[in-house]
Parts: sequence; C-alpha cells; structure tokens
Amino acid sequence: MTATTLPAARRRRIRPARAPLHTFLVITALAWFFPVLWAVINSLRDYDYTTVHGYLSLGGFTLDNYVDAWTQGEMPVYFANSLLITVPAVILTLFLSSCAAFVLSNYSRRFNLVMLAVFLAANLLPPQALLVPLFRLYTSVRLPFWISESGSLYDSHMGVVLIHVAFQIGFCTFVLSNFMKAMPASLLEAARVDGASVFQQYWKVVLPLCRPSLAALATLLVTWIYNDFFWALALLSSGDKMPITTALQNLQGAFFVDYNLLSAGSVIVALPTLIVFFLLQRHFVAGLTLGASKG
Amino acid sequence: MATPGTTEAPPSAPPTRDRERPPRRGGTSLRHGRRDRISLALMLGVPAFLVVGLVWLPAAATVLLSFTRWDGIGGPETIEWVGTQNYTDAFTLYPPFGPALRNNVVWLVFLFAVPTVLGMFFAVLLDRELRGGPVYQSVFYLPVVLSLALTGFIWQLIYSSDQGLLNAFLALVSDAPAVDWFGDPDINLYAVLVAAGWKHTGYIMLLYLAGLKAVDPSLREAAAIDGAGSVRTFTSVVFPALVPINVVVVVVTVIDALRAFDLVWIINRGRNGLELISALVTSNVIGEASRVGFGSALAVIMLAFSLVFIAIYVSTVLRGAQR
Repeated sequence: MTATTLPAARRRRIRPARAPLHTFLVITALAWFFPVLWAVINSLRDYDYTTVHGYLSLGGFTLDNYVDAWTQGEMPVYFANSLLITVPAVILTLFLSSCAAFVLSNYSRRFNLVMLAVFLAANLLPPQALLVPLFRLYTSVRLPFWISESGSLYDSHMGVVLIHVAFQIGFCTFVLSNFMKAMPASLLEAARVDGASVFQQYWKVVLPLCRPSLAALATLLVTWIYNDFFWALALLSSGDKMPITTALQNLQGAFFVDYNLLSAGSVIVALPTLIVFFLLQRHFVAGLTLGASKG
Repeated sequence: MATPGTTEAPPSAPPTRDRERPPRRGGTSLRHGRRDRISLALMLGVPAFLVVGLVWLPAAATVLLSFTRWDGIGGPETIEWVGTQNYTDAFTLYPPFGPALRNNVVWLVFLFAVPTVLGMFFAVLLDRELRGGPVYQSVFYLPVVLSLALTGFIWQLIYSSDQGLLNAFLALVSDAPAVDWFGDPDINLYAVLVAAGWKHTGYIMLLYLAGLKAVDPSLREAAAIDGAGSVRTFTSVVFPALVPINVVVVVVTVIDALRAFDLVWIINRGRNGLELISALVTSNVIGEASRVGFGSALAVIMLAFSLVFIAIYVSTVLRGAQR
C-alpha cells in the first residue's frame, strides 16, 4: 500500500500549498499517537513518584512495572492461553476456508453464490445473537478429560477455537474464492491430465498460488482472534484458561489504584499485535481491504 | 455421503448452461472417481457444517427461545412458551432498554458523523504523494490493530478521575472539581465514543484509501481539463465513483455500532449511562439472574437490525465478485 502511491502523484498537476496541510497532518498524527505514547510513558514511571508529583511531571523512570505486571499478572500463563487459542484457530480457519473456496470456485457453481452468502453473512452476525444456544450446546457436548479438563466443550480452549473458526471461515472463504476464480482454468486442467486427484489439485496446485492472500488473511486473523474479548468471556469460566485480553481485567481488579502497572500490562498485551503491525504492515493493510475493494 | 451437513454434494453432471461465461471448468467432473467426490464433499461439507452448526442453527434457536421463558438452568422441559411477551416486556417494562436503544443510535450517528467523515478526509489527503505520507497513514491506522478492550484500558489512563491525564491537566488550568469521565452517566457515553472513534477512523481511512486507488485516473484528468477544482472534482467525480466502497463503509459502520460491546463492558459492564443492547443481552443471559428468553428477545432485535444490513452488504459484494 505504501509503495503504490506513485501513480497518484502523476495524475496531480496542480500542487496546492503543502505547508498548512503538513501542519494539520502533523498535529492530528501526534494527537492520534498520543494515547499509545501516554501508556508507554506511564508504564515506565514509578507509582510512588507519580503519586507525589502528579502525572504531569517528569522523572521516576523505572522498568519495575513491566517486571511486576509480568509476574503479578501471571502473564506467561495468559500468553500461553492466547497462543493455544490463536494458532490452531488461524491454521484451521485458513485450511477449511481455502478448501471451501476451492470447491465453490471450481466445482459447485450452482451453489456458489448461495453458499458464499451463507458463509459471509455468518461472519457479520452479532455474537450475542447465538450466545444462549451455543452455551447450552457447549455444556452438553461431552469431551474426554484428556481433551478438556472441564469434561465438556464449555470452558475448553478447543471450544473457543471452534467458534472463532466458524465465525471467520465466511470472510476468508469469500476472499480466497475471489482469488481462486481469477486463476487460469488451464492450471487445474493440466493437473487433471496428469492424473492429480481433487485434493492434490487443491493442495499442490492452488494452495501454493494463494500464498499472498493467505499471508494477508493470516495477519488479520491473528490480530482479530488474539484481540477477542467476548468469546473468551462467554465460553470460558476458569480464570487460568483465559487469554491475555481478559487477563488485563484481573490486573486492573487486583491493582486498580496503580495505573502505571496497568499501563505496563497494556503495553505487554499490545506488543504481539504491534509487532505484527510493524513487521507485516503491508499484509495487514492488504488483508483489510481484500474483501472491500472487490465490492 | 455419510458426512453430516453436506447438503452441497458435488454436482454429478457439469452445468451445461452458464450465464455470460462459456463453460470453462467442470467438464471433467463426470470422470470424478469415488475418492474425488468424497474429498469434494468433505472439503465443502466440514466448513459448512461448522458455519451452519455453530452460527446459523444457534441463531435460529435464539429466535425460538425469544418466545419462551426459561432460567437456562433446568432442562428443555422447563421451557415455557410465552409468545411475544418478552418483546412487549422489553419495550414497556424493562428500564434499561430505552437508554440502550438510544445509546446504540447515538453510537451509530456519532460513528457516521465523526470517524467516518474524518477517515474519508484523511484518505483523500493521503491519497497522493506526500512527504511522510506512509508515516501519517501508519499512525492513523495504529489503533486498528489494538483490541477494543485494550483501547478501553489505554483511554482509562486519560479519563480516570483521580489518576487520569485529562483531570490532571484540567486541575492545572482551572480549579473546577475533577470530572468522572467514565462514571458520570451524562457524559461517559461521549467519552467512550471518542475512544471508539479513535479506532474506527483508521479502518474507514484504509477502506477509502483502497477505494480511491481504484478510481480511474482519467476521470480526474478529465475533470481537471474541464477546470474543476479539487473540491469540485471530489464531490462530483471521485465520490460518485466510490459507490461500492460507500456501501461497504455504511454497512461496516452500522454493524460495528450494533456489535459494540467490549469497550462498555470493560468500563462498567454496560450500566450507568453506557447501556447498549449487546451488553444487555450479555448480562441477561450470563449474569447471575439469567433470563434466557428475555435476553434472547433482545438478541433477536439486534439480529433483525443486523440482517437487513448484512443482506445489503452480501448482495453488494457478491455482485461485485460475480463481475
């Protein structure tokens, strides 16, 4: 996205005065960045120092808040939970939606639109609208104890993974089927002539070509699923199974007076998405606009 | 096949008549062996089973439950059919419903009036080669990657009544008493909306940036030759060309406004000025006094609103995909 701004320059003949524009943008951008910056600054300051001198002061810099948040907030446990939810959910979503997209874009032309609509619309439903039946379903599905300590789908990471997958399949199938439809049909024909089975055509021919879309979708899914708050809240009950987003609430509850500690916790929780953001910016932006620019 | 949910078995015969396009694929499906048919059925069947089983069927069950009274604890035999009682109760007897409906509308109007307009404005400014353009872009969409729950925490650092930046600053310039930004029911909705808008603007900006890149440059050139200024070019040439993106933006905004939940739940569980339908549903069905039927009725009201806009969205993007 950032590299494609060149043609825009060519079509612009008259250059308006740029100074006011830049002033405006600098001020707005600073204001935009400020809340994050403020969290970072606070996270680096000592609580006792800020109680005495107030928050509009300078000094009392320390890294202790990070150590405290990490240990007192039991963050390693919650990070592990987030990992156990996010990684399987992203992989399963991409696998299943690419399968569905493959079938819908190549074989099931009659049902193509109907199925896409069913998938895509599911992605946009308000989660609260399925909460009660889903809750009952989850508590009634018995699972062996080696899969779920609770003995049911409820209060298990697997249950949270499944609902994320079910919700996100719609968007990913839509994006991937658009991508697959644009592939030349001769590719699959050649594979068929060589005697490739349907699954081999998908796995060996189509999937490798989808890599750019898969990468873009993966970055998006990682941020969406990692950031989820609602499903974890609704479908998990034991505190030690919660993902990191909900764990921050505990940090706030137990140490509600210490905003510096809360800031450090916030920064730690934000780090994975910030890393995704800075390293994979291009993929992230491509993913967000994949579904939209097609409309 | 034996797979549950595979209503979409692969077509046994290739579609012979196809609108517009000459048949290009499917000519070989007759030769699909048994194994291939099983894999096709599984490849579509498993995802369809998950989507239907975990999203659509529960949604349908919610609609049914909305006509019942149930504490959610006893078995299905304790479910009592009450007709439309829950709906009448919601509109007449349930005090938070009015405020929640009003707050959802305020939320929606605000999202359109401020972040959507601002996002479009940023996109127009940044859709040209500017020095530092990519930096501005990154800053504006940075909040998009943060979760709404985290957004709530970060803004608490600014809004908190005793440790927040805003009150510390106000104390410095005036001697007015500290304001409880998130606690005062008269103003907390607007304080929260600033945080919500902070996140929404970046997303809208991205959508419009993508849309603006797709606008045919010759349109602008023609307008420039005709002597149109940049404002005129935008209002009468560029904006009309953005129709598909506008539909997406409208729907995304409406759905975001309807689904808004995390921020208010983090702050005070959607009470005391921050009532939203989504939070009412949640507290009715997972709260201590679980009122499943009533909560479901509230959820169905949400669902009904959403489905209208989802239908618009799906038909728009699928029409686009068909081209």
